[in-house]
Amino acid sequence: MKTINNMPESFVALLIEDEPQIRRFVRLALEGEGWQVFESETLKRGLIDAGTRQPDLIILDLGLPDGDGVELIRDVRSWSSVPIIVLSARSNENDKINALDLGADDYLTKPFGVGELLARVRSALRRLHQAANPTQGIIQFGDVKVDTKARLVTKAHQLVHLTPTEYRLLMVLVTHAGRVVTNPQLLREVWGPSHAERGHYLRVYMGHLRQKLEDDPAQPRYLLTETAVGYRLLLPC
Amino acid sequence: MYPNSHSRPDPDVLLAQVQAQERRATRGKLRIYFGASAGVGKTYAMLTAARKLQAEHQDLIVGIVETHGRSETLALLDGLEILPLKTLEYRGHQLTEFDIDAALARRPALILVDELAHSNAPNSRHPKRWQDVEELLSAGIDVFTTVNVQHLESLNDVVGGITGIRVSETLPDTVFDKADEVVLVDIPADELLSRLKAGKVYQTQQAERASTNFFRKGNLIALRELALRRTADRIEDDVQAYRVEKSINTVWKTDASLLACIGARSGDEHVIRSTARLANQLNTNWHVIYIETPQRLPVEQRERILKTLKLGEALGARTAILSGNQIAQEIIKYARSHNFSKIILGRSQVSGFWRSSTLRQLATLAPDIDLMELGRTQSEVSPSAKTAPDTRFTTPTQNFGHYLWASVASLFTAAIATPLVPYLDLANIVMLFLLTVVLVAVRLGRGPAITATVIGVAAFDFFFVSPRLSFAVSDVQYLVTFAVMLVVGLITAHLTAGLRYQARVAARRESRSRALYEFARELSGALQTEQIFEMTRAFIAQTFRVQATLLLPDPHERLQAPPKVSGENSDKVKADLLDLGIAQWAFDHATAAGMGTDTLPGSRFFYLPLLAPMRTRGVLAIYIENPHWILIPEQRQQLETFATLAAIALERVHYIEVAQDALLHMESERLRNSLLAALSHDLRTPLTSLVGLSESLLRSKPPLNEMQHSLAADLHHESLRMSQLVANLLDMARIQSGEVKLNLQWQSVEEVVGSALRASHSFLKHHEIQTRLAPDLPLIQIDAVLIERVLCNLLENATKYTPQGSRIVITAEVGEPFLEIAVNDNGPGLPVGKEEIIFEKFTRGERESATPGIGLGLAICRAIIEAHGGKIRARQALGGGASILFTLPLGKPPAMPHLDEND
Repeated sequence: MKTINNMPESFVALLIEDEPQIRRFVRLALEGEGWQVFESETLKRGLIDAGTRQPDLIILDLGLPDGDGVELIRDVRSWSSVPIIVLSARSNENDKINALDLGADDYLTKPFGVGELLARVRSALRRLHQAANPTQGIIQFGDVKVDTKARLVTKAHQLVHLTPTEYRLLMVLVTHAGRVVTNPQLLREVWGPSHAERGHYLRVYMGHLRQKLEDDPAQPRYLLTETAVGYRLLLPC
Repeated sequence: MYPNSHSRPDPDVLLAQVQAQERRATRGKLRIYFGASAGVGKTYAMLTAARKLQAEHQDLIVGIVETHGRSETLALLDGLEILPLKTLEYRGHQLTEFDIDAALARRPALILVDELAHSNAPNSRHPKRWQDVEELLSAGIDVFTTVNVQHLESLNDVVGGITGIRVSETLPDTVFDKADEVVLVDIPADELLSRLKAGKVYQTQQAERASTNFFRKGNLIALRELALRRTADRIEDDVQAYRVEKSINTVWKTDASLLACIGARSGDEHVIRSTARLANQLNTNWHVIYIETPQRLPVEQRERILKTLKLGEALGARTAILSGNQIAQEIIKYARSHNFSKIILGRSQVSGFWRSSTLRQLATLAPDIDLMELGRTQSEVSPSAKTAPDTRFTTPTQNFGHYLWASVASLFTAAIATPLVPYLDLANIVMLFLLTVVLVAVRLGRGPAITATVIGVAAFDFFFVSPRLSFAVSDVQYLVTFAVMLVVGLITAHLTAGLRYQARVAARRESRSRALYEFARELSGALQTEQIFEMTRAFIAQTFRVQATLLLPDPHERLQAPPKVSGENSDKVKADLLDLGIAQWAFDHATAAGMGTDTLPGSRFFYLPLLAPMRTRGVLAIYIENPHWILIPEQRQQLETFATLAAIALERVHYIEVAQDALLHMESERLRNSLLAALSHDLRTPLTSLVGLSESLLRSKPPLNEMQHSLAADLHHESLRMSQLVANLLDMARIQSGEVKLNLQWQSVEEVVGSALRASHSFLKHHEIQTRLAPDLPLIQIDAVLIERVLCNLLENATKYTPQGSRIVITAEVGEPFLEIAVNDNGPGLPVGKEEIIFEKFTRGERESATPGIGLGLAICRAIIEAHGGKIRARQALGGGASILFTLPLGKPPAMPHLDEND
């Protein structure tokens, strides 16, 4: 990621985490990539820092001693669109969905690797840039090309026929490319607000999309499942 | 009244209809082959129908069929499965009977049971075969059976009148009427007679005898008419029921309930049977009441009344015994409170002062109520005429003393009055005698009072009226004195005795309600089952003066023997007579059993199920000294009220325990959850740091030298393994605590396999992975996170026990009613004979091998799969190597949206 490393000013990250050892290696990793890192131990401190430090990225532990990290997301989202990456323990799928629905950009399950963390950070930043200069309505992953203006999808230069529902589903994922879109959000955006409880629709249509767009639907490379949380369209770096 | 209220279906009727439909759905169906007499071919018709059904592969057996040696019938039995009969021994005789237990154990869809009215051998479970059939039906088994018209209870006396032969084996009409289907088997009388002559009905020598008595043409025609008529009635009922069900009928019946009143005399069975027939024709319900008057009745008469009431009950009536002085008033009171508009009485054969007035009194008291006086059959007049005179004058021996006392009292009055003659007027001496009569009436009742009156009059004449010491009377005026004295004495005796009786009835009623009240009050304070147990025993002993015990079920619905009574010897003997089998039957069927009921009446105990709103809570067993005791309706009603109270108390205590358990459970679950949460946080946080820090070390700049790098890599690798281990341990703890809450969603197998492969990619690098998922796999309802974990564990396991470069294949296919998913490898395979044990905790393929892992992974897999209702097992793969296969129930996937126009 040359573009990032060669930026004249370094990016600012805010790390809200109560565990010093975790803070330490996260800071090491980010500083290794040229970030300037500020640390907060508590939710209260984190809220103040988020306002004063003007971070380009927030990394937030959901299990803080003085409150629920979800509150911070809600607060920050009311005035900023800074990328937020959430750290959470396994088996708290609902917390993750909750955090993502409130506007968190991504999540990492503890224990997580440094490589994983950095990949998520880059992807979040790239999205921030893309929002600034949107693509020309063409999205490409693997040999699949999606032309949002012409509403055309091709795979290996062959036109792929998608039904309206499949296309809507793909569009929601494309719009949030790289991000996890939660099951409730997908259902809401594709089928409407009254269908929030019908997760099985998603399974079936997602299966159709994979059949049409993936080389091996059982080992998808782009249309990924975030088990019990949602789906993610992984764009190649 | 709303103008159209009469055309609206009665909600109660509709509710009853719905309930009947529900009951019918689980109950077996009863089909009766109905005929005018033996030999019309009922059994033949039944067997023919059965053969036809068997040809359609219906699961049916022959429970019992009486062929009477008829060859045509015997031929039909060929090829049908026949249930062996049970042999019972009774007084040295070998009796064979239908084996109900074997039939229930065999559980066919349909069973043939001939001769529904048959009486079972003594010591059978039920005295009558129709009760066996009833049990088969409630067990959901369909039954085909046969009935002759003369066996129907309500037609019993009519048939007796026609043929001159009274059949003792009878069938309550309710059974016949409740049958789902009745098939009339009919042939003309002449043909039956010719069949009889040809020996097709009975063996010839028997036929001669039968035809002279029973099989006369006149009889047969009459019986045929009866059978046809009865069937027609039934069909009319069916039509009626159909119309009600389909709401075709807009005319709703006004309630025409019948009230039959019986007296102390014999012959009232006739009243019962006639009312039953009438009620059946009118399709209405009916009650039978008996009014108990102060008059003392001899034992056999009382017994007869109870028997008559029982007959009424058997024919479908509600029965009651009322106490009162004025028969007519009591009848009217009952009729008014229960909304009866028709009262039926038997004609009294003696037009005595008392009897003849009842009807007239009723007519005067309630001019709006219809009265029906039934004639009596000739056969009943003679025996009752014989017994009637004795009833008035038979005095129970224990009362003889009362009469003696009454006589002594009058003579004593005479003795006291004698010295007072000079001082007292004769009129005052008469007063003294009358006083004695009143006192005797109060103390000893009516009979002795009458005795005292008569003796008093005699003594007055003998001792005081001149000429004294002689019964002769000089002054005719004294005859008036005697007459008045006699009449006043008799009336006083009657009135006083009536008052006394009513006081006694009131006292008894009050003591009953007080006993109930006290019992209810005591029970409301009970907090433990043992307390209820003791209270019930004590109260029943105190109120009814009988021995009782409660039998309570264990968690498996088996009744437990009561705790051993350490007290008197006699109690122990009684406890030995207690039959848990009967009690269990009563418990399972929620029906009273034992003495005084239709089920095993030979027992010395009466078993009353404790019916609470939710379910049966136990059985109350009562040791009966006197068999008549339990026949008295009030006694039984009060006992049932006691039982209900005890049952409700038991249920209340049960729910208290349930609530306490739930509280305890919640409390311990909360504790366990917070412990697990704390543990998982405290273990994971340092592990996360370890993983992250060691990785940072690997990426540190400037790069580490080779030695340091390898150390850091090992550190990183081990910390990853450690965190995997901790995750497994915590999962295991959570699953073992039995509190895994599955987040069941409809998931796609392909998706779960895909995310498991992605999650495992770090250790799958050196293996070749293939997926072979059947096309169009249905969605299954699973907790995706847990199943993904199972797959990850299986994949990790496969990589651990196979050399690098081995192939791992995931397959999934439908094998109704399960989905089968397998992870196969082409490695060395499983140790032979260890296919099951590898799923135990802390077991590995090889002992002390260098391969890491403590074998928790497979144990977790098993726990997860079993929580989903599936199974997991290991086997050798086809081309060598191991294969671990698990199944998940398929279930019924939810409805899908309408597919897009282009799909």
